[in-house]
Amino acid sequence: MTNHWVDIKNANVIVIMGGNAAEAHPCGFKWVTEAKAHNKARLIVVDPRFTRSAAVSDYYAPIRPGSDIAFLGGMINYLLTHDKIQHEYVRKYSDATFLVHGDYDFGDGLFSGYDEEKRSYDKTSWSYQKGADGFVLTDETLQNPRCVFNLMKQHYSRYTPEMVSRITGTPKEQFLKVCEMIAETAAPNKTTTFLYALGWTQHSVGSQNIRTMAMIQILLGNMGMAGGGINALRGHSNIQGLTDLGLLSNMLPGYLTLAGEKEQDFAAFLDKRALKPLRPGQMSYWQNYPKFHVSLMKSWYGDAATRENNWCYDWLPKLDKVYDVLQVFELMHQGKMNGYFAQGFNPLASFPDKAKIGAALARLKYLVVIDPLATETSEFWKNFGEFNDVDPSGIQTEVFRLPSTCFAEEEGSLVSSSRVLQWHYKGADAPGEARNDAEIMAGLFLRLREMYRQEGGAFPDAILGTTWPYRIPESPSPEELARELNGKALTDLVDPKDPAKVLAKAGEQLGSFALLRDDGSTASGCWIFSGSWTQAGNLMARRDNADPSGLGNTPDWAYAWPANRRIIYNRASCDPSGKPWDPKRKVIAWNAKEGKWLGMDVPDMRPDAAPEENVGPFIMNPEGVARLFAVDKMAEGPFPEHYEPFETPIDTNPLHPRVVSNPAARVFKGDMDAFGKAAEFPYVGTTYRLTEHFHYWTKHAKLNAILQPEQFVEIGEDLARAKGISAGDRIKVSSNRGHIVAVAVVTKRIRMLDVDGRKVHTVGIPIHWGFKGVARNGYLANTLTPFVGDANTQTPEFKSFLVNIEKA
Amino acid sequence: MAKSSSVLIKRYTASDRLNHWTVAITFMLLALSGLALFHPAFFFLTHLFGGGPWTRILHPFAGVLLFAGFVGMMLRFWKLNRITDDDRQWLRQVGDVIRNREDRLPPVGHYNAGQKYLFWTMVVCIPLLLLTGVLVWRPYFAPLMPIFAVRLAVLLHAVAAFVIIAGIVVHIYAAIWVQGSVRAMTRGTVTRAWAKQHHPAWYREITK
Amino acid sequence: MALQTLDIQRRSATTTPSPGVRQTTEVAKLIDISKCIGCKACQTACMEWNDIRDEVGSNAGTYDNPRDLTENSWTVMRYSEVEVEQGKLEWLIRKDGCMHCADPGCLKACPSPGAIIQHGNGIVDFQQANCIGCGYCIAGCPFNVPRISRKDNKAYKCTLCSDRVGVGMEPACVKTCPTGAIVFGSKTDMIQHAEARIVDLKERGYAKAGLYDPQGVGGTHVMYVLQHADQPELYHGLPRDPAISPMVSLWKGVTKPLMSLGLGLVALAGFFHYVTVGPNEVGDEEEEV
Repeated sequence: MTNHWVDIKNANVIVIMGGNAAEAHPCGFKWVTEAKAHNKARLIVVDPRFTRSAAVSDYYAPIRPGSDIAFLGGMINYLLTHDKIQHEYVRKYSDATFLVHGDYDFGDGLFSGYDEEKRSYDKTSWSYQKGADGFVLTDETLQNPRCVFNLMKQHYSRYTPEMVSRITGTPKEQFLKVCEMIAETAAPNKTTTFLYALGWTQHSVGSQNIRTMAMIQILLGNMGMAGGGINALRGHSNIQGLTDLGLLSNMLPGYLTLAGEKEQDFAAFLDKRALKPLRPGQMSYWQNYPKFHVSLMKSWYGDAATRENNWCYDWLPKLDKVYDVLQVFELMHQGKMNGYFAQGFNPLASFPDKAKIGAALARLKYLVVIDPLATETSEFWKNFGEFNDVDPSGIQTEVFRLPSTCFAEEEGSLVSSSRVLQWHYKGADAPGEARNDAEIMAGLFLRLREMYRQEGGAFPDAILGTTWPYRIPESPSPEELARELNGKALTDLVDPKDPAKVLAKAGEQLGSFALLRDDGSTASGCWIFSGSWTQAGNLMARRDNADPSGLGNTPDWAYAWPANRRIIYNRASCDPSGKPWDPKRKVIAWNAKEGKWLGMDVPDMRPDAAPEENVGPFIMNPEGVARLFAVDKMAEGPFPEHYEPFETPIDTNPLHPRVVSNPAARVFKGDMDAFGKAAEFPYVGTTYRLTEHFHYWTKHAKLNAILQPEQFVEIGEDLARAKGISAGDRIKVSSNRGHIVAVAVVTKRIRMLDVDGRKVHTVGIPIHWGFKGVARNGYLANTLTPFVGDANTQTPEFKSFLVNIEKA
Repeated sequence: MAKSSSVLIKRYTASDRLNHWTVAITFMLLALSGLALFHPAFFFLTHLFGGGPWTRILHPFAGVLLFAGFVGMMLRFWKLNRITDDDRQWLRQVGDVIRNREDRLPPVGHYNAGQKYLFWTMVVCIPLLLLTGVLVWRPYFAPLMPIFAVRLAVLLHAVAAFVIIAGIVVHIYAAIWVQGSVRAMTRGTVTRAWAKQHHPAWYREITK
Repeated sequence: MALQTLDIQRRSATTTPSPGVRQTTEVAKLIDISKCIGCKACQTACMEWNDIRDEVGSNAGTYDNPRDLTENSWTVMRYSEVEVEQGKLEWLIRKDGCMHCADPGCLKACPSPGAIIQHGNGIVDFQQANCIGCGYCIAGCPFNVPRISRKDNKAYKCTLCSDRVGVGMEPACVKTCPTGAIVFGSKTDMIQHAEARIVDLKERGYAKAGLYDPQGVGGTHVMYVLQHADQPELYHGLPRDPAISPMVSLWKGVTKPLMSLGLGLVALAGFFHYVTVGPNEVGDEEEEV
C-alpha cells in the first residue's frame, strides 16, 4: 500500500476490483465501513461474482474474469473524453508532458520492437526524447502529438464504452455508472481508493491490471492524498515482509536486485541501478543504491567484504534467467533438479497444474518440507484415492519433514499491507520438537558450513565468509535478526557537513537509512527497515494509537517503512506551491517560515526542498514524477493493453484478433499444448478464497472446518438450468489438465454475460480443500489451472481459464 | 353363576382387576407427573419420580403402558358400556343420584350412566393423550414434528388431561361414596344387597 | 454495568415476583445487516467463548454452515439472495440466534422453576442445571431458536454472553465483529444508533430501512437494522410480526390456573358431598336377606 489500512476511511469512493476485501480481509474492511459511516463514502464492487463485498456495496457491476484492463482502459478513455482529470496534478506530477521516442509505436496489438521468436520486446523505443543536456524533453502545453498525454489519449481512444462492454460483458450503462462515480473524485478535494489483491495479480496481464489503475489514480490526482493511493491488500499477515526482504529468486532485501550473468563488472552493476535524474533538480533517490548495496554486503559478509574485493560482489550468484517457481518446477519436471526445500509453502496445492507439480516432485531425489502441518506437498507420494491417485511404489523421492512453529508460537515482527512493521509476542509454546524457522535454517547452515570447512567444495567462500554473529549460533533470536536488518555503524559516522559532529558511534544502531554509506562504514540487512530498531530501542513494539490529525495516521504505533512514513508520495498531496490540495486532509505542507515541509506525516521529500525548486514528488523515479508511460519497466508495453487470458472463452481479442493473449508472457513448451479451447471447455473457471478459510492451512483447524466443511463450486442459475444441476448436486469440473468433483452451489450471484456476441458463463472454484486436515477431503483446485504466469512477475493465471462441467 | 343362598356375587375376574389396577397405577403416575409439569404449584411432585428430568423421562413411558392397559379394558368392557334410554333418564335425574335417592332412578344394569360416560370419556381422551403425547415426546419424536403440531399438541394434551383427571377424581370419590364398591375391584365380589341396591337390573340378570 | 445486571427479574415456572427493586439498564445487541459481510467471525467467537463445537458437516449447496442452529451452534449466518428491485441483486446476510424477547415465549412455556430466567438487563438465559429437557421452550419460542442437546437432553441457546455482560464486557460476537455490524449497549443507545444508521441507509436509496424490534414479544434485546424493514421475511424468513403462539398463550395462560382450580374444586366437591349427603350405604335389612 502507498497509504495504509486506516487511511481507507478518508476515501470518498472505494472501488473493490480484483479483490474481495470483505471476504479476504474482513478486519481491514472495517475501514471501508468507517468511510461509509463517517465520510458518506460510496462503495463500488466490480467482480465476476456478487461477493460478500458486493453484499455491502452501493453499486455492483459484473465483469468477465481477465478483462480488467479493458474496463480500466475504458475508464481512462472516459476520464479523458469527459475531461474529468485533475489537470494541474497531471501536468506537474506525471510524465504527461514528456516527449516519447520517435520510434515508439503501437499497432495491431503489438508495441514497437517485438521479436516473435523470443516472445519478447526490444524496448529501445520505449523511452523519452532527451535533449543535449541529457534531460527529457517536455511540452508543457500538451500540444505535441508525441507527448505522453496525447499518446495515451490515442492509445485508449479505442476503448469506447461499446468496446468495453463487448470485451468485459459489463452492460454499458453499468460501466458508465461506475465511471461517473469515480470521475467525481477528479476534484482536488475528493479521492478514490482502489482495493485490490490477487484478483488482479493472478493473470497473465496481472502487473498491467494494476498499472492501469495506477494511471487512473494519477489522472484523478489521488496519489499521495489521504484517502487515495494504490493499495494492494496483501494475502498473508507477513507477505509484505517477504517481499521487503526480497525472498524471490531475483531479489535482494529492500528491493535491491541480483545481477544478471552479463553483469560481471561491479561498477557497471551499480551504475545501472543508481539512476541519474531525468529532469533537472530531481532527487532520483535510487542514486543512493550503492550505499544500500554495500551496507547489505557488510551485513552479510562483515570484514570479508572490502572495497578491494568489491564488497564480495563475486560471491553473489548471477542470474542466467529468472528462477521463479514456475521456472523451478519446469526444471524439476524436466528432471534437472535434485532437491527442493518447501519452507512454509505447499506447492502441490498452491501451484497450477497439480498433475505437473506432482510429477515434478516425483523426479526429485529429496524433498524437505519445513512446515507446522502435514501438507499435501509433504504427502504428495501417498495415495489418497480419487484426490491424489498416485502409485507410491513408483516414487523414489525421499521426503524430510522438519516441523516448524506457527506464527503464534514465535516472537518477531510482521509487516502488514500498510508497510507497518509490528512486533508481536509468542502466544504459546510450540508442540513437540518443533523449532522456529530461524533455528531450522541455522541448523542447516551450521552443518553445511562445517561440511564446507572440512571437505572444501566447489565454492566454499561465500558460505564460510557469511557472518553469523548470534549469541546462540543454533538459535538466532528475533531481536538479533531485527537489529541486524536495521543496521548499525561499523565506525564512528562523522557528519560530512561538520567533521566535529558524530552522527553515530561505532556499534550503535542506525536511526535511519539516510546514514547508510557506500564506504563500508555501515551495515544494514534491509535498508528500508533501517529506523525500526534504533538506539531508542524497538520501534516496532510501540503501541501508542494517538491520532493527532484525526486522519488515522498514528505515527507512534509500531513502525512504517520507509522512515516511519505512513503515506508514500505525500508531497503530491500539496499543489506545486506547497499548499494541500484539500485543507481537510492535510498530510504535510510547506512551512515557508521554517523553510521546511511539516505535517502529520514524515514528508516524502527532502525536508528543506522549497516548492520553487520544483522537486517532483515521486522521488524514487529519476523523472521525479509518476509515469503514465512506463518506459521499459514492463515486459509487454509502456501502456497497458487488453490481452485475453491464455484460455479465452471467445477465441479472439476484439481489439486485435491477430494478437489474442499477452505476447510477452513466458510459456514453456508443452504447457502451450495443455491449454484448452472454448469449443471443448466453454466456461470460464476462476479460483478464489472464502472468508472462512486461509489457503490450505485452516482446513486443519476444526473451527474453520465447521464453518465451511466441504468443497464446492459456484455456478449461475442459467448454467445450472441448462445442465440440469440443482444446489447440492455433485458436479465434475474439468479442464484440459484434469478434473475435480465438488458440491454445486447454484446462485443468482454469478451472472451469464454477453461477451463479443457469445454467452459466457463463469464457474467459481474456491480453493481451500485438499486431502489433509479435519475438513472433508477434497480435490486440489489447482488440478485445473494452467501453467502460465504474468509476464513481469510470473504470478500464475489462477483467475481465468477454461472448464467444462457435468453432473457427477 | 352365583347361588341364591350365597351372600357374595362375583363382579370382576382376577384378570379384570389386574387390568384395572395396571391402568389405575399408571394413571396415578401419569397424573402426578403430568401435574408436576403442568403448573408450578405441583412441581414439587417431580420429587416423587427422582426429579424433573426423571419425571420428563418416565411420564411418556407410563403413558404408553397406560394406553396398552386401557386397550385391554376397552375390549373387556366395551359392550357393557352401551348407552341406553335408561342411562339418559338416569342422567336427567342426577340430582337424585347425588342425594342417594336411588329408588327413584331407572333400574341400573352392570354400569350406571356415570360409569359409562366416564368410560367413553376415557375412550376419547386416552388415545388423544397418547397421540399428542407422542408429538411432544423428547428426545424421540418431537424433533421431527412441525412446530404448529407441537403447539397444538401441548394444548390438547393439557385439556384432555384435565378432563380425564377430573373424571377419575369423580370415579374415585364414587367408589368411596358408594360403600362396598371398592371390594369389587379388590376382591372381585360384591354383596347381593349392594348389587340389588345399586345395580338392580344387573342383579336381576345374574340371579335369573 | 456491574454484577447487578445479573439480577433476575423473571423465572420460569414461578408464580411470585422475582427481586425487582433495583433499576438496572436494559441492554441490547444491535445487528446492522447493511454492514454485515457474513464472515462468520461471530460464529467462531461464539464457539470459542462458549467452548462449543459442532460437527464438521457437509455442504448442502449454500454458504450456510452449520446449516441450522444446534445445541452447539448458538448463532448461524443465514444467506438470502433477493431481488427487491428488478435486476438489482441483494445478498442479505442475517445473523440468526436468540432475540432475547422482553416477553419470552420460552420462559412462559418452561415448566421447570428457574430453568429459564430473565435478567434485570433483559437477557434471557437458560440454566441447564434446572432444565428437564421437555422442549416446551421450543414450542414457546416464536423465532425457533432453542435446541435440545442429543448428548445431555438440555436446552441451549445464545446467552447474550451473560457471563461477559455481567462483568462489564460486550458479548463475544460483538467483540469480534470486524466491521462493527454488531454493536452492544443500553437499549436506548442502540435504538439511537440504529436511527442514525437508518438515516444513512435512506440516503443511500433504501427508502424502507428501519429497525426490527418487534412489539409482539414486547420488543427484543437483539435488534436488527434492516434495509427493507417493510419485508422482514426477505431475511431468511424473519417473522413479520412475531408473538407467542396463541396456543401456547392459552396453554400456559388461563388454562394453567383455571384447570388447577377446576381439579381442586372437583375434589373439594366430593369431600363436601361426603360430609353433607354422606356415603351411599346398603341398608341393613337388605344385607340380612
